[in-house]
Amino acid sequence: MKTAKLLAATALVAASGLTVTHAQADELTLCWAAWDPANALVELSKEFEAQSGHTMKFEFVPWPNFADRMLNELNSGGKLCDLLIGDSQWIGGGAENGHYVKLNDFFDKEGISMDDFAPATVYAYSTWPKGTPNYYALPAMGDANGWFYRKDWFEKPEIQEAFKAEHGRDLAPPKTQMELLEIAQFFQEREIDGQKRYGAAIFTERGSEGITMGATSSMYPFGFKYEMTPGKYDMEGAVNSPEAVAGLEFYKELYQTATPPGYTDSYMEQSLDAFKSGQVAMAMNWFAFFPGLYADPDTGGDKIGFFVNPGQAKEASTLGGQGISVVAYSDKQDAALEYIKWFAQPSVQKKWWDLGGYSCHVSVLNDPGFADSAPFASDFLLAMDGVMDFWQEPAYAELLLAMQKRLHDYVVADQGTAKEALDKLIEDWTETFEDEGKL
Amino acid sequence: MSSYSITEPSTPQKWFAGTLVVAYAIITLLPLVWIITTGFKSPVDAIAYPPKVLFEPSLEGYVNLFTTRTRVSPETLEALPPPESWYEEIVRNRDMVIAGPSRYGERFLNSVIIGFGSTFLSVFLGTLAAYAFSRFKVPLKDDLLFFILSTRMMPPIAVAIPIFLMFRTLGLSDTHLGMILLYTAVNISLAVWLLKGFIDEIPREYEEAALIDGYTRFQAFYKVVLPQAATGIASTAIFCLIFSWNEYAFAVLLTSGTAQTAPPFIPTIIGVGGQDWPAVAAGATLFLVPVMVFTILLRKHLLRGITFGAVRK
Amino acid sequence: MSDTPFDRAAKATPPTVASKIRGLSDRAIAWIFVLPTIFLLLAVNIFPLIWTINLSFTNFRANRPNREVEYIGFRNYERILTDSDIWLTMQATAHFLFWTIFFQVLIGFTLAWLINRKFRGNDLWTTLIVLPMMLSPAVVGNFWTFLYQPQIGLFNYGISFLTGVDPSSFQMIGDVTLAPWSIVIVDTWMWTPFVMLICLAGLRSIPDYIYEAAEIDRASQWRQFWTITIPMVLPFLMLAVLFRGIENFKMFDLVVQLTGGGPGSITELTSINLKREAFEKWRTGYASAYAIILFVTVFGLASIYVKALNKVKER
Repeated sequence: MKTAKLLAATALVAASGLTVTHAQADELTLCWAAWDPANALVELSKEFEAQSGHTMKFEFVPWPNFADRMLNELNSGGKLCDLLIGDSQWIGGGAENGHYVKLNDFFDKEGISMDDFAPATVYAYSTWPKGTPNYYALPAMGDANGWFYRKDWFEKPEIQEAFKAEHGRDLAPPKTQMELLEIAQFFQEREIDGQKRYGAAIFTERGSEGITMGATSSMYPFGFKYEMTPGKYDMEGAVNSPEAVAGLEFYKELYQTATPPGYTDSYMEQSLDAFKSGQVAMAMNWFAFFPGLYADPDTGGDKIGFFVNPGQAKEASTLGGQGISVVAYSDKQDAALEYIKWFAQPSVQKKWWDLGGYSCHVSVLNDPGFADSAPFASDFLLAMDGVMDFWQEPAYAELLLAMQKRLHDYVVADQGTAKEALDKLIEDWTETFEDEGKL
Repeated sequence: MSSYSITEPSTPQKWFAGTLVVAYAIITLLPLVWIITTGFKSPVDAIAYPPKVLFEPSLEGYVNLFTTRTRVSPETLEALPPPESWYEEIVRNRDMVIAGPSRYGERFLNSVIIGFGSTFLSVFLGTLAAYAFSRFKVPLKDDLLFFILSTRMMPPIAVAIPIFLMFRTLGLSDTHLGMILLYTAVNISLAVWLLKGFIDEIPREYEEAALIDGYTRFQAFYKVVLPQAATGIASTAIFCLIFSWNEYAFAVLLTSGTAQTAPPFIPTIIGVGGQDWPAVAAGATLFLVPVMVFTILLRKHLLRGITFGAVRK
Repeated sequence: MSDTPFDRAAKATPPTVASKIRGLSDRAIAWIFVLPTIFLLLAVNIFPLIWTINLSFTNFRANRPNREVEYIGFRNYERILTDSDIWLTMQATAHFLFWTIFFQVLIGFTLAWLINRKFRGNDLWTTLIVLPMMLSPAVVGNFWTFLYQPQIGLFNYGISFLTGVDPSSFQMIGDVTLAPWSIVIVDTWMWTPFVMLICLAGLRSIPDYIYEAAEIDRASQWRQFWTITIPMVLPFLMLAVLFRGIENFKMFDLVVQLTGGGPGSITELTSINLKREAFEKWRTGYASAYAIILFVTVFGLASIYVKALNKVKER
């Protein structure tokens, strides 16, 4: 039954691929999250509109509601979006439930090669089952969780002296998670320029994915893994390993001792707010925001510095980013595929990076000038080398909700121990995988 | 000794009671006043500490509510021709340019279409049913009336599960028609119960006189009863409208764009970098003020409306 | 009378509606008038309810159309009733229900009693007090998160102004002990006028002569209050509690906007929990069983309560 449907979908794409023409001008709706790169994409898409004659409409949903609303839209078979830049974790569900159009035949026909895109991004944003050459999206926006700090404060002589006196080393962007904690605690409640400042802005949001994305940024470097053997769903000893417990305890300490007051439900926006209003010395956030932060008239320019998520036992960053997919319920799939064809061109990808989008195209990333093209560009390459992502299973939402609950209960609501939280998480996940017939 | 009379309160008693009630009213209205004033604050004033009571009014919140903007570099800004309108000037002062209109207008319009559509339907159907329940012997009348009421006891999320599946099958997801039908079904219990109360109060003698004069039953209904019930119908309509207007749970689950109403949309208004409270407040103000006006117009029938006609004054 | 309204409607197709319906009997009219409503309710309420019951015995997931659906008997019910997390959300709901009703009855009745002192302008003030209750809970709830901000929020500032506590030293929404109260406060703010209006109607329904007779008997005001006012208002008060009870059991929009169920799951009321199961985890069958359990609970409690209310009324 499933294969039959898949075949049908593929046949549909193949058939429609033959009829890609400019005969009809369509109005395409592209759905994505409401954030800086989305504005850049609007700018970029003007070129497509001019070339193709199609008009582009955009539906940008704020991050806290993005997953909820878009998954609801897909599950209800809605026709709102023709193109969707969906989160990396949706790919499993998008593929298995037939929400996304399979792109293999289209890629073959148009000569789009996945080898032109960075392997880590193809793996994360395009393939299902993971790592197989079955593509349901084109890597659109590379992203990872990184850090930025107040360079101007770090460079103040009195601050540097005080830090050296306290810790016996120079104040510099942290190289390990422990250093990060030390620096954050150092800045916590410190008076700078007559105002009380705080250590770090981190993710603690409950409703969507915030605290999971934040806490895993500490847990991955400490040694947290999802499975003992990849693909076997054997989570005991991986999810609740002593390293994972230490990582989670670390994140709680960071939260309790080095964040601004009232920081109980914060994600991207709150992190940006805290940094821009001068509340914090450091903040975590997605690389996507870095061009905007660097350009900020008040806290950007030479006042800001960037660093990749510090390692501990190993180097690792939490993966963000998205691929662009064609929604299977759309009536305008031809025009939508045209858009993807246009977007995949190296010249467009170059312009995409210039406007503030993180291209995944190797011609952009491997350009010798890339690392110096922005102050965070080399950190981005570094981060993408060690990215780890959440489950991308079709049941991802259920898995994520369980982790959100267990982490928030432990870190913010201060209930139970880290070990208990992770043990319960394994129970939740086991139940889900049993329901899925995978365990 | 008679100074403590309950039926005739003394002047000091009245003063005491009046002062307490007025004090409560002022405190309870503060949040509403705060919504309205925040809409006219500049973003800096809105998040000032201590909270600002006096401030220089600004329309930035309203401009931000109706536009989407992008930040541009100072050089680009310099190169642009001078702003053509006052709102462009406000945006430029923040190093931004207007990229286009926001979705607020559309979502507000959706609220209007769905609100009025469902109100019309539920009052139309409700009036007919209420007349029948009021005047005729309908078999199982009490059961039917109770059944109509009990549909209100389900949590909306629970109702939304099968409705979601139904809408998906019928292609009604995220459509105006789907939302109008759903809100009609939810409102009709209120409409029937309220209107039955209003029609019960119209003396049967009027219709009977009309019937003797040679009117048919139907003529008696629309020439005699309907005009008499006009006030009741109007206030029922306003109650239905307010319900559809305020509804959130169904809207957030069953609409995503095309038919999304304002309540799920307003909380998602964000600015460029950080929650734009003046814009949120501006959106809330435009959305809430009509209801405030209706509430004041409706004050006589308020009690009846909120208790499904169980309490009449 | 033998033919149905449909036959008649079909037979008669003269120009005007009036003439079409002229000949109809009262009973036919009654059915024509009632049927559309019944039909709509059947389609949008009863049919879905039956569907929900059916789904509650399956492992169906609305986001997995390709998966085979199996009937699994009462397993969903078993899982829900033995799940300790669900009992925690029930506790959170009970806390919310109890305290909102407590405060609303207390403040609402006091206000009604004061307004019934008939001071000048009481109508105007009553109307103003009523305003919060008519507004969209989602929109207002969203704005309350702003009022609750530790540094810049009006609420914290007001508390600090009255008590001298540093406004940034406490967080209504983020704190584990304060969060359950933050939702109680906003709900009380919104719905106290509702209880007040009903109590006011109750107070006004007491005829003056009863008090006058008591005054002739030299009953103290305190005694009049307990022997006349309270018993006479009680049915009204109970009605108000019934309405608030049902409404707050269903509570979703206000709390979801205020706390989203957090911190952790401290304010995760049943409706929010149900929403997560049904529309975020997409465990449709499981959530259907959950919905049925909630419905039976409300329906059962409400029926018992209505019986008690009728007894009070009869006295």
